[in-house]
Amino acid sequence: MSTVKFNAVNKTYGKVTVVPGLNLEIPEGSFTVLVGPSGCGKSTVLRMIAGLESVSSGQITIGGEDVTHKEPADRGIAMVFQSYALYPHMTVEENIGFGLTLKKTPKAEKARIVKEASEILQLDALLKRKPKDLSGGQRQRVAIGRAIVRNPKVFLFDEPLSNLDASLRGQMRVEIAELHKKIGATMVYVTHDQVEAMTMADQIVALRAGEIEQVGTPMDLYNTPANPFVAGFIGSPKMNLIEGEFAKRHGCEVYGIRAEHIDLDEQQGEWQGVLSYAENLGSDTISHVMVEGMGSLTVRSEGSVFIKPGQTVYLTPRKELVHKFSGDKRI
Amino acid sequence: MTDGKPKSQNKVGWLMALPASSLIILFLIVPFLLAFWFSFTNQRLVSPNPTEFVGWSNFSDLMGVGSLTIDPKRDAEGKPVYKANGDIQYPRMRTFTRNNPDYEHLQGMREWFSIPLSNDRKWVVLAKDALFMKALTNTLLFVAIVAPIQAGLALLLALLINQKLPGINLFRTIYFMPVVISIVVVSILWRFIYDGENGLLNAILGFLSFGLFEPVDWLGNPSTALGSIMAMSIWQGVGFHMIIWLSGLQTIPGSLYEAAALEGAKRWQVFRYVTWPGLRNTAVLIMVVITMQAFALFAQVDVMTRGGPVDSTQSLVFQSVQRGYEKQDIAGGSAIAVVLFLMVLSISLIQRYMSRDRS
Repeated sequence: MSTVKFNAVNKTYGKVTVVPGLNLEIPEGSFTVLVGPSGCGKSTVLRMIAGLESVSSGQITIGGEDVTHKEPADRGIAMVFQSYALYPHMTVEENIGFGLTLKKTPKAEKARIVKEASEILQLDALLKRKPKDLSGGQRQRVAIGRAIVRNPKVFLFDEPLSNLDASLRGQMRVEIAELHKKIGATMVYVTHDQVEAMTMADQIVALRAGEIEQVGTPMDLYNTPANPFVAGFIGSPKMNLIEGEFAKRHGCEVYGIRAEHIDLDEQQGEWQGVLSYAENLGSDTISHVMVEGMGSLTVRSEGSVFIKPGQTVYLTPRKELVHKFSGDKRI
Repeated sequence: MTDGKPKSQNKVGWLMALPASSLIILFLIVPFLLAFWFSFTNQRLVSPNPTEFVGWSNFSDLMGVGSLTIDPKRDAEGKPVYKANGDIQYPRMRTFTRNNPDYEHLQGMREWFSIPLSNDRKWVVLAKDALFMKALTNTLLFVAIVAPIQAGLALLLALLINQKLPGINLFRTIYFMPVVISIVVVSILWRFIYDGENGLLNAILGFLSFGLFEPVDWLGNPSTALGSIMAMSIWQGVGFHMIIWLSGLQTIPGSLYEAAALEGAKRWQVFRYVTWPGLRNTAVLIMVVITMQAFALFAQVDVMTRGGPVDSTQSLVFQSVQRGYEKQDIAGGSAIAVVLFLMVLSISLIQRYMSRDRS
């Protein structure tokens, strides 16, 4: 039983409301990603689950138990911090076993538990090292190890990969996803990176200014974004969102089409435009096309495209994949 | 030309550093070296005689010690003879230390302290310079008591004011205030506080004990004078070290405390596992600074007691200044300064060694 529930949770700092009346259910065993731009309150939500941030009003329950005013240590949670929060004077072994040391667990048992965790994370060879002698990815794993040892009902991750370089981030994404499969505990993961959200989540919660914009599976959010914010936030490159006269002609306020849902041709098509420049990535090409009355559109085509900037191109949207929004809602 | 440019820039750099560095050389480095030289001579502040090199004699005059076990004067039955006031009568010390060919090694020494032995005998330790020895033990006692208490108290204050409470800046200012005031001014003020007739301390103690407390002449009593100076010195310096502790505390990332909270660490566990290890470098710095400051005890003694009563507040620096300027014995004063320097140096080295990074 480790479903996390928010019932009308408010968080205010003085007169500033950061989270207004949040209702959310994070199902047991799910990998839920809270995603949103900087300052949207996602970390505050996570820290309220952890108990590091007080709740101004409302109720948080974990596994049906009201934890709103419980101490962080009594909530059955573990947290991995963005900065890893490893103790610089302790070895890897001591860092992982810190909670056990505090509880005065017998040495033999502590060694066994630490060994188990370090095997899961392939840290066995590094147990005697200090954090300063580890790479970023290794430190991250130690931080996760410390969380595993607590055997929590709920794992909390606060932007754990943002201090890693791109390739390591990709690798750690896979490792954390595998860890979730192995342990099966509820995981709540905060990130501003929609790629992490898309690749790891069972459930994505898109947040803006403390309010939930949409909750659903990654594919839900990709295929049927509830509003222009989610449409623009999920997916890379960003969805083309066209407003004004053009949208009105199509019977909406915002007309959205993803870059990968536009076909580009040199000879013919629905919209005529001029290529500003093209980013050739090898496997595919991101073209930026200036279209009269619509603005700059992003188009993603497979393979390499050899068109010079300044040349006229034609674009054709796939009609069935167009998103239309009115009054900040999908229609 | 390209070769010449850095050189000419170098010259300008040296010229710019000249005023400051010449002052440093003149007032710090030269006197420092001169002190070493003087300590091996018979230099006097003003003297018509030429300076002579005297080797280690200044140091042996300072440090020379000897000991002697003496029997009381006994009557025909072998019982000790008593003085009129009931004390046991011992032979006069000068019978050993003045021109006594059997005790040549004690020539010119004075009694420093004695330890009673069985059968009314006593073991007397004599020193060539009992005043220096008194200053030395006082200074060591001062360091041994002031350094840990001042450092501990400063840490406690730093932990208190490191919290986010309304008006905390006011307390920071209050605790730091004594540091900003000149030690001479502070000493004069505390002389009034410690006054035996109508001092503030006696008045407060009398008030708190409903008049039961007997007024004490804090600075005029050999058994309370040094303690009083210690208490005042701790109070005066604690704010400075509090600020250093505070800066150390604020370099510890908040997430380390949050991680400890998640693990359910109790208050003292947080201190033991997070705060204290995070303060290691700060602690080394503070202990070295406090120890050095404590060894340099001077202004308080000079203003409040001038070494008295009965030499109970003599300190090394005070003795050094007394000899060098008031007795015009620059050589003797320099020798004390050199001894002090070597002591502080070796203690700093020991502290650094003990607190080295073992990994």
